[in-house]
Amino acid sequence: MTDTIDDIRLQVMWNRLISVVEEQAMTLLRTAFSTSVREAGDLSAGVFDPEGRMLAQAVTGTPGHVNTMAEAVLHFIEEIGRDDMFAGDTYVTNDPWKGTGHLHDITMVSPSFKGDRLVGFFACTAHVVDVGGRGFGADGKSVYEEGIQIPIMKFAERGAVNRDLVRILRQNVREPNQVVGDFYSLSACNEVGHRRLIDMMEETGLQSLDALGEFIFSRTRRAMQERIAALPRGAWENDMVTDGYDTPVRLATRVEIGEGRIHVDMDGSAPVSGWGINVPIIYTKAYACYALKCVVAPDIPNNWASLEMFTISSPVNILNAERPAPVSLRHVIGHMVPDLVLGALAKALPGQILAEGAAALWNIHISARPANGAEGRRAEILMFNSGGMGARPGLDGLSATAFPSGVMTMPIEATEQTGPIVVWRKELRPDSGGDGQYRGGLGQVIEIAALPGHAFDFSAMFDRVNHAARGRDGGESGAPGVVALDDGTRMRPKGWQHVPAGRRLVLHLPGGGGFGPPDRRDPAARAEDLRRGYVSGAPRPPQSGPDAARTPHTPQETP
Amino acid sequence: MSAADPIRLGADIGGTFTDVALEYRGKMFSAKVLTDYAAPEQAILDGIEVVLGQAGLTPADLDLVIHGTTLATNALIERRGARTALVTTDGFRDVIEMRTENRFAQYDLNMKLPAPLIPREDRFTVKGRIGAQGQVLEALDEAALEEVAERIAAGGFGAVAIGFIHSYMNPAHEARAREIIASRVDVPISISAEVSPQMREFERFNTVCANAYVRPRMADYLARLQVRLGKMGARCPVFMIHSGGGLISVETAAEFPVRLIESGPAGGAIFAADVARRFGLQNVVSYDMGGTTAKICLIEGFTPKTARSFEVARTYRFAKGSGMPISIPVIEMIEIGAGGGSLAWVDAMGRIQTGPESAGSEPGPACYQRGGTRPAITDADLLLGKLDPDNFAGGAIRLSTADADKAIRAEVGDRLGLDATAAAFGICEVVDENMANAARVHAVENGKDIAQNVMVAFGGAAPLHAARLCEKLGIRECLIPAGAGVGSAIGFLKAPFGYEALASNLVRLSSFDADQVNAVIAGLRGIAEGFVRAGTEGEIRREITAFMRYAGQGWEIPVPLPDRPFAAEDAAGLKEAFRDAYARFFGRAIDGLDGLEIEIVTISVRAEDIRPAPARVALTRGDSLAEAPVTRAVFDPSAGCAQASAIVERAALTPGVRVSGPAVIVEDETSTVVTAPFDAVMQCDGSLLLIRKETTQ
Repeated sequence: MTDTIDDIRLQVMWNRLISVVEEQAMTLLRTAFSTSVREAGDLSAGVFDPEGRMLAQAVTGTPGHVNTMAEAVLHFIEEIGRDDMFAGDTYVTNDPWKGTGHLHDITMVSPSFKGDRLVGFFACTAHVVDVGGRGFGADGKSVYEEGIQIPIMKFAERGAVNRDLVRILRQNVREPNQVVGDFYSLSACNEVGHRRLIDMMEETGLQSLDALGEFIFSRTRRAMQERIAALPRGAWENDMVTDGYDTPVRLATRVEIGEGRIHVDMDGSAPVSGWGINVPIIYTKAYACYALKCVVAPDIPNNWASLEMFTISSPVNILNAERPAPVSLRHVIGHMVPDLVLGALAKALPGQILAEGAAALWNIHISARPANGAEGRRAEILMFNSGGMGARPGLDGLSATAFPSGVMTMPIEATEQTGPIVVWRKELRPDSGGDGQYRGGLGQVIEIAALPGHAFDFSAMFDRVNHAARGRDGGESGAPGVVALDDGTRMRPKGWQHVPAGRRLVLHLPGGGGFGPPDRRDPAARAEDLRRGYVSGAPRPPQSGPDAARTPHTPQETP
Repeated sequence: MSAADPIRLGADIGGTFTDVALEYRGKMFSAKVLTDYAAPEQAILDGIEVVLGQAGLTPADLDLVIHGTTLATNALIERRGARTALVTTDGFRDVIEMRTENRFAQYDLNMKLPAPLIPREDRFTVKGRIGAQGQVLEALDEAALEEVAERIAAGGFGAVAIGFIHSYMNPAHEARAREIIASRVDVPISISAEVSPQMREFERFNTVCANAYVRPRMADYLARLQVRLGKMGARCPVFMIHSGGGLISVETAAEFPVRLIESGPAGGAIFAADVARRFGLQNVVSYDMGGTTAKICLIEGFTPKTARSFEVARTYRFAKGSGMPISIPVIEMIEIGAGGGSLAWVDAMGRIQTGPESAGSEPGPACYQRGGTRPAITDADLLLGKLDPDNFAGGAIRLSTADADKAIRAEVGDRLGLDATAAAFGICEVVDENMANAARVHAVENGKDIAQNVMVAFGGAAPLHAARLCEKLGIRECLIPAGAGVGSAIGFLKAPFGYEALASNLVRLSSFDADQVNAVIAGLRGIAEGFVRAGTEGEIRREITAFMRYAGQGWEIPVPLPDRPFAAEDAAGLKEAFRDAYARFFGRAIDGLDGLEIEIVTISVRAEDIRPAPARVALTRGDSLAEAPVTRAVFDPSAGCAQASAIVERAALTPGVRVSGPAVIVEDETSTVVTAPFDAVMQCDGSLLLIRKETTQ
């Protein structure tokens, strides 16, 4: 009886630990300055044992941080060293290869001491508004152009903030108050986690997290092993082509399901790009694991044991770019990784995996200013927008919904408060979902202009303009994206570009691919599509780009 | 009837029961009747007859009927509203469908988003654009609007909602559109600038759509209710309790029915606030656990916390983001799927989980013997000895321990290799921990430490779990008031005539314009006091709040403002007040940031009449120990085993008598479990005080 009661107590403490990290994340969400954190949920928070093994993680908007943070903590432990860790310390880095893949993400780790004893670590990551350099975009030729680099170091020692670091930072970024504010928010959120953990340990009489960690890991491991054992054994391959910066980029994968483990290799992917769309492997791992997790164990919480059964490797290429490759927009290609991996899993699990979708967020960074000689306001504005998700077996794709990212869009009314721009249109894009037994999700249309007397530049971070999301099992491709001005001028999908005063930027976001043959679509669903205007009924316009043909994509095509 | 002591009657229509309460000459009369879905007013009339009979009064003696109802909420959840047209700004037809563009269930690839309240074919757009500063960027296309009006007239719609971008800054286009449509269409029209003048288009549009959608049905119902009350002989006015916890006239309610959502739970919070006031408790957390959910609300200075928006009709395991956002002032509470009927199960990791799925009243928990085979919280409570099987709900339902045992072993015990008692303990621990976690996070979101509160527990299942919840939260004292079963209806009797008006209006402190702020406050004050004056001539109390943030942040924190006109030099004081509030919420204000701008996003004015304070009573910590000849084995969670527990009749306890835990105090409606670390002391008003043992000395 005592053993079973102890088991129940450990389970209750596990729930409590998850609540602790949710509180930690909440604090960050409420205090952050960065739009991407506070409006969109681009953050993560977790608690680790003294060896750096993740015990629990808050469920936030970013699979991209799922296990990047987990690896980051190991780097911190190694470089700071146990002897140099004190209560009240907070460590920081934005190293893309030791953190989460680009300089805009700041990762902070704080040791948690109960008395003199190190009982664990809290870590959190958030995307800040600016890190200097060229700004958020693909135009850098190396990481040195992309902003200030902060090696693993102390942000605070025994509660005293490193003033020199703050001064250097202030001198190097465009929005010093907001960036420094976010540094404080990050460190405060670890502090909240630490306080709650100690409260919990004092209430329950725990001296260490060892027994709890063992319980969490063993329960998780057993559940993961059962799930993996239920999958077919073997190896499956997939590849896809995305827009890249100026030349198309091929991504390739091989997924091998073995005894108690799944291994993913990215050999065959394009070489490292000269532009800032490269992905450090830590970020590739995060999104590959996310795809596997969605299919294999969506209900099992993230921790060291749930992630240790997934291993990811790659030779040096665009999905494993090494320093000093530019990596600012690593998310654009990184967001394609789940579609890539899911395509291989679709061969292992036929009929069970959704079609490709828009995948990469259509983020846009706008730099607005008064037109020549005019009076007016200047502002930097970041928007997150999503195209359509691929159709699911049995369900249409979700329209204008982020996948694999989980971030939210911002209200237009809030965006227009931040700077002299007007969003004239933000609504669903009819005819953009790939046809099929289940229709792909619709993309959306966005029209943006400056207020009278203003003009703007924007950093394009778009994909699936030249390469549409492919359907599955006979479903058709979704419509590719279009980037243009309202006078018809085509713009590039990546890089900084100018929109003159009086012109509107018009974005057509890509739709998701369809699932299953179109002739099997329920006539009632077709009638509803027409009534609601999801489908216009007009003949399809010819499409541009090398992948324009709406050929059904089946797994057999890429054996 | 006397003017000094008006007779108020409260009526709360809930999902299962309709509760009626009446206070007369210091005595409380109440009735519980089954809710009548076909004719909800019938249950009220039946209940009124019962309580009037008890009190020896006639309908003509009533001075005020106060009503709260879940009908508006249910109409939204069950999608039983009018066919509604939405007229919106060109380019924004899909705001209520695209929502926030994210997935509330990160790992569920088969997730479904809730369907928009108004389907796409019923959403019409017209050109005309207001800018972020309220300026007109493009004139309203009145010709197009006339065409839209014709289409709506021909379309057979029962209601119209109008929502234009930035209308909270400048409502002119919405008002003009209403004129044009009203000249051609004879159905109620709701505009977003009146229903919910707050920034953030998804929330505001959805709120105006919800208002329009439930309006015809609620207006019909309220008219019928008034007619029936009149026929019965009641000539008094009817006021409605709104989500913010105040009273509004029935006419206002018919025009803004979205304000009635969550009015029942609001009554519960007012009930708890009244208990707090009676005992002079400054910091209270109310805990209301019924059949399907538990609700937790913070009450500071006898006033429940309020928020500016909330979410109803969650479609996915109560997950945040899976429902409909409604941006109106509301008593802020956290609601989780944890009630007596919540079902227990085992997940892939061999962890016990509870809720949010509920056995409801049909089939109910296994122990009800009505065909339920899956174990609910009530089954676990029964197995642990917390409930007396022969005396549940006043003996109305005989509980079967054997059925509870069987269900718990089949669904939980056998899968985990636990005996039934250990499994039941696990179920209770998990549901208590879930509630504790929700309460903790809710307190953190409000910058409070939960342990510093006194708990007020009510609702059928709360007294069974309150003591353990207090142990988990570090709370030292918990009051379980008498009449807890009809708490919301009693709360209605205590509600003030009150209204909170608010408006989004961005003001930066560096360019603080006192005249502008004074004008906004004066306007809001006029609106709020207008609603209060519809019910009373009494003295009015006002609370003015600015929702502020550092420019660049997205989350505003409430900062109380003094109730007086502002001058330019007040900017410094506002900055100070904001920094104090910020430090309270987040530990410390942000220092050393030069020129970090502070801004006001929204201003709110809350006005209410001053209710007579209840007679103050002091808490008694007790002296004489109750005699407890009867004992029963009850599982004690902190000890982890069954212990001989005193079984005491609540009715037999006199004020000041102390019962030492472990014990169970039984009454007709429910039982109060006093765990080993607690004692219970009967209070002079019939409340029970649970108190940590070491604090009794």
